[in-house]
Amino acid sequence: MSALEEKAKESSDNNGGFAILFFIIGLAASLIFGWVVFPKLLYSQKKQPFDFSHALHNGLVDNGCQSCHFFREDGSYAGVPKLAQCVDCHEDVQGETEDEAVFVNEYVKPGREVPWLVYSRQPDCVFFSHAAHVKSGGMDCKTCHGPIGESESLKPYEENRITGYSRDIWGKNIAGFKSHTWDRMKMDDCSECHVKNGVRQNSVQTEKGACFVCHK
Amino acid sequence: MKIDRRSFLSLGVGAGAGIALSPLPWKLTDDLSIWTQMWPWTPVPKDGEIRYVNSVSTLCRCGCGIKVRKVDDRAVKIEGQEGYPGSDGSACALCMSGIQRLYSPTAIRMPLKNTGTKDAPLWQSVTWDAAIREISEKLGKLRKEGKPQALACISGSDKGTVPALFRRFLQAYGSPNFMSMPSYEDAYEMTLKLMHGTDSAVGFDLENADYVISFGSGILEGWGSSVRMFKAKSAWKDKKVKTVQVDTRLSNSAAKADLWLAVKPGSESLLALGMAAVIISEKLYDKKFADQYTFAFDSWKDAEGKEHRGFKEFILENYSLSYVARATGIEESQIVKIAKEFAGASAPIALCGRGQGNTPGSVHEFMAVHALNALAGNINQKGGVWAMPKDDYIQWDEAATDGIAEKGLETPRIDGAGTEKYPLSKSLPHRLAAIINAAEKSPVEVLLVSGANPLYSLPDSRAVKKAFGRIPFIVSFASHMDETSEMADMILPCPSHLERYEDVPTPAGMIRKVTGLARPVVRPQYNRKNAGDSLILIAKALGGSIAGSFPWAAYEECLEKTFGDKWKTLKETGYITEDFSPPYWDAAFATPSKKFAFMSEVCAGAEKKGGTGAAKPEGEENTFPLLLIPFDSMRLACGPVAPTPFMMKTVSDHMLKGKYTVVEIHPETAQKYGLKEGKNAVLSTPKGEAEVKVHLSRRTAPGIVAMPRGLGHSGPDEYISGKGSNFNELIAAVEDPVSGLDAAWGIRAKLVKA
Repeated sequence: MSALEEKAKESSDNNGGFAILFFIIGLAASLIFGWVVFPKLLYSQKKQPFDFSHALHNGLVDNGCQSCHFFREDGSYAGVPKLAQCVDCHEDVQGETEDEAVFVNEYVKPGREVPWLVYSRQPDCVFFSHAAHVKSGGMDCKTCHGPIGESESLKPYEENRITGYSRDIWGKNIAGFKSHTWDRMKMDDCSECHVKNGVRQNSVQTEKGACFVCHK
Repeated sequence: MKIDRRSFLSLGVGAGAGIALSPLPWKLTDDLSIWTQMWPWTPVPKDGEIRYVNSVSTLCRCGCGIKVRKVDDRAVKIEGQEGYPGSDGSACALCMSGIQRLYSPTAIRMPLKNTGTKDAPLWQSVTWDAAIREISEKLGKLRKEGKPQALACISGSDKGTVPALFRRFLQAYGSPNFMSMPSYEDAYEMTLKLMHGTDSAVGFDLENADYVISFGSGILEGWGSSVRMFKAKSAWKDKKVKTVQVDTRLSNSAAKADLWLAVKPGSESLLALGMAAVIISEKLYDKKFADQYTFAFDSWKDAEGKEHRGFKEFILENYSLSYVARATGIEESQIVKIAKEFAGASAPIALCGRGQGNTPGSVHEFMAVHALNALAGNINQKGGVWAMPKDDYIQWDEAATDGIAEKGLETPRIDGAGTEKYPLSKSLPHRLAAIINAAEKSPVEVLLVSGANPLYSLPDSRAVKKAFGRIPFIVSFASHMDETSEMADMILPCPSHLERYEDVPTPAGMIRKVTGLARPVVRPQYNRKNAGDSLILIAKALGGSIAGSFPWAAYEECLEKTFGDKWKTLKETGYITEDFSPPYWDAAFATPSKKFAFMSEVCAGAEKKGGTGAAKPEGEENTFPLLLIPFDSMRLACGPVAPTPFMMKTVSDHMLKGKYTVVEIHPETAQKYGLKEGKNAVLSTPKGEAEVKVHLSRRTAPGIVAMPRGLGHSGPDEYISGKGSNFNELIAAVEDPVSGLDAAWGIRAKLVKA
């Protein structure tokens, strides 16, 4: 073996180990970045204007979720309650919590609507009818929204820096895995349920099926 | 072991593999697709509760019944209100696009005081207290000087509670100078006064007519209650009712009529009289009506035995078929045919008032046309013309007047209405500018303007601008900036038409009384007050008998008390109607003879043998060889409210091209004056000039220049400002010798290559 060949062999032996090491370092670093750092960079955390206990309110009303999140006379869904619904009880500060004082002094008294950050807000290109799902389909709120009615405080709102929508749409799990029906609210989750239940309904407005049921 | 290039490559491969095994690329792709589909800067309308509120739009003259779609407190769409009398489920273009007016950036948000000059205003916001104080101090001073008659008011209308409050204010203050903007309704009112002897409004039973002849009335251009006219026109087509349009230009109404009679400009009344001559000579008139219920149809002798020529003889002697055919340009056989068809129909109706009816017109012309209805015996009959009692829901006590006011009220009106020269007229605002400009010092020292834009709408608007510049103090009650507000010294802002209560009186031409209620559809956006409220505040600040004449705490209270028992119904249903059955001929007329009068003594001096009854347009033929006539369109608003941006988008290239108004001329005219299609030209009249574009069209006769009306606003926003020229800057008013009303239908003009 010539001196040149020996040198080449030596170099190959040494660098083979190094190459694997560097490959593993690169792999590990990017996996950590992709799974741990990226979600932290992607979402900004925002606080709700003040805290709210669904559990406390649920205990005071007779008609469950629909006591506050009701259907209007024309069948449309009212969504997040307006100030007018709250003022009957919250005209003056009740209890001693700081959040109650913020609500009454900053919103009730000046008559300003609370700018709630809605975890389930969908893009404007999607048409969604609560009436079709809850009234006609007989679904309960929990199937999509989870046990929010039992929560004692509002979690931070994580806003996607690119799209501006809540993290709850994609789901907490960055890989998109879910263990409950309410863990995600993406189009695939809608279609999964529609396929499972054999929904063949056409849009009332466009009388078209498939994509046009939700994307009019 | 050494770190070399291969190590770095391995690191990169490892990193790539790691990224691929992480959710990053898939998540980023998903997010980017959402981002690109929903650009964050694209406005997304807020969701909310959807509700519908019924109201009446005050933007157009006819008051369209509207249904406003709201999302929470935001109005998003206006549609016609089903069942509303007249407009029934539809609305005109202006009222439909009223949302743009509601949310217009040109809305005046608080009282504004002009701290600059009239030519270069500098607006400073002031409090309501300060504004009311300053106005009342000015008015108080004028009264102290013993010149209450130096206060004048121009109102958009003389009907309804807001104009009535202004009239009342002037009366209590001591000024006779309340003026309302003119329209064809004034000429009809005077016609009914002379021929029926009644103080009435005209009504047309259009829906039951079986033959319709329109003497220049823009049935499809916004004449009368525009939406009702469109519906009537459709019904006529379905029922095969023949429609004849007498028009110099092929208007939309003419194009959609069964027959277009292209008369020479200004000869409409001659055609009516020519038709009358045929009906009389062929004895086709309603004999029962003519013999029993008319005065002076035949020649007659008075108590002293003096012979008076009757209408029949006057017409037969002066309006021979050959003369009328020559003067109108319509063939004799055609005139005979139309006259026979008209007289032979069971419910024929003849309409008058040119275009949208913004210019009153000659009373003789109206009388000539109305005489046709009388000859057909279709007065106060099904499918005919009715004399309607005027709205009478305003029954306030007389305004209290003190000594100063009484003295002021004795002075003659500045515009000459009701004076010896024009005893029949109530208001002649088009005369105001010339009178102010001719005087050494303006006889008007304080002018209140409400619901009107006289600086744009009155003829010879350059002279009006000059006159307004000489008025020391102008107060504009307006919701949006317009030409008149720009010249004001103080603007008291009114809520927009969807933010306030206001009664909407019976629209023109209705055959039943209809009172609508415009109501607040959305919460008021800005610090504005209804004109009625502002006036009540000024009256209270002036004190004495003026304050005493305004016993209401606020305008809403005034409305409520005015309607009394009916207020609840009006508020709940949005309108109240009252059916009307016209009296039969034996009880219909209140002339001295208690009969229908074909001719009036008032006109005796004015009417000449074979007279056209039409005004002579201003200008010398040698200098101005052409005739300029206006034409109206449903796509343009010519009243106090400017067209909305949506409306401007509908204006055709044959009316407006870029910043130029497009005028129509016949190809022969173009050839004669070396003008070419689409090229610029300078249009000049004795009153002014404008650069226009030329469109060659056979819709217009040779020698005529037809120009769209409703363009050429000088402000306030980019959508209407600088778009074309204002026809009113080129036209001069021509006073009708009987009424003093503006009877101009055109003006002499010159068109040369630019």
